[in-house]
Amino acid sequence: MTITHFSAVLLFSLFTSVVFGITQRSQPPMMVRFGALCFALFVLGTIGASWAMWLIKH
Amino acid sequence: MATKVQEMAGGNAVEGSGVGPALVLLLGWLVPGGGHLYLGKWVRGLLLMFSIVAMFAIGIALQGKVYSAGTGEPLDMLGFVGDLGAGLLFLLARLMGWGQAPVLVAVADYGTKFIVVAGLLNIVAAVDAHSLASGRKPS
Repeated sequence: MTITHFSAVLLFSLFTSVVFGITQRSQPPMMVRFGALCFALFVLGTIGASWAMWLIKH
Repeated sequence: MATKVQEMAGGNAVEGSGVGPALVLLLGWLVPGGGHLYLGKWVRGLLLMFSIVAMFAIGIALQGKVYSAGTGEPLDMLGFVGDLGAGLLFLLARLMGWGQAPVLVAVADYGTKFIVVAGLLNIVAAVDAHSLASGRKPS
């Protein structure tokens, strides 16, 4: 099996966010909100770090 | 709604004895989402099970490494502890010989991280089930 780097980021973020959302909040609406926040932060953080590394290299 | 463990304790969380929550913790560790399923939290349990098993399976499919104890390398020991968190999934991987090939490509290294993180997330889920059973987490 081969996946792209971005696909790996999306899958990692999705599964991790589901677990964080369920375990770190008590009420289902808050679980969804926290899970979505984690997912967004994972993906945006990775993209931001990627651009930072590109800028350091160049 | 009282959980199974709370019903066993007469409507209150099992405090002090630790038998019920300990069983839930053990079950949650052995089977991803198993602690939540035992407590009757079906949706949460199934979501946790799907997420952790899928992450572990993708890690194996990406030819990630499954760590073993006794290599003497400190980082390998940390990886082993993370992998061990997956409970029966880790045991299955060891029995089937999955994740024993050398890591040669970048996605395989991603696979290694997927497997370790799946184990760590399973520990988080098992502790959450324990908190629910002991009454430390309200619902």
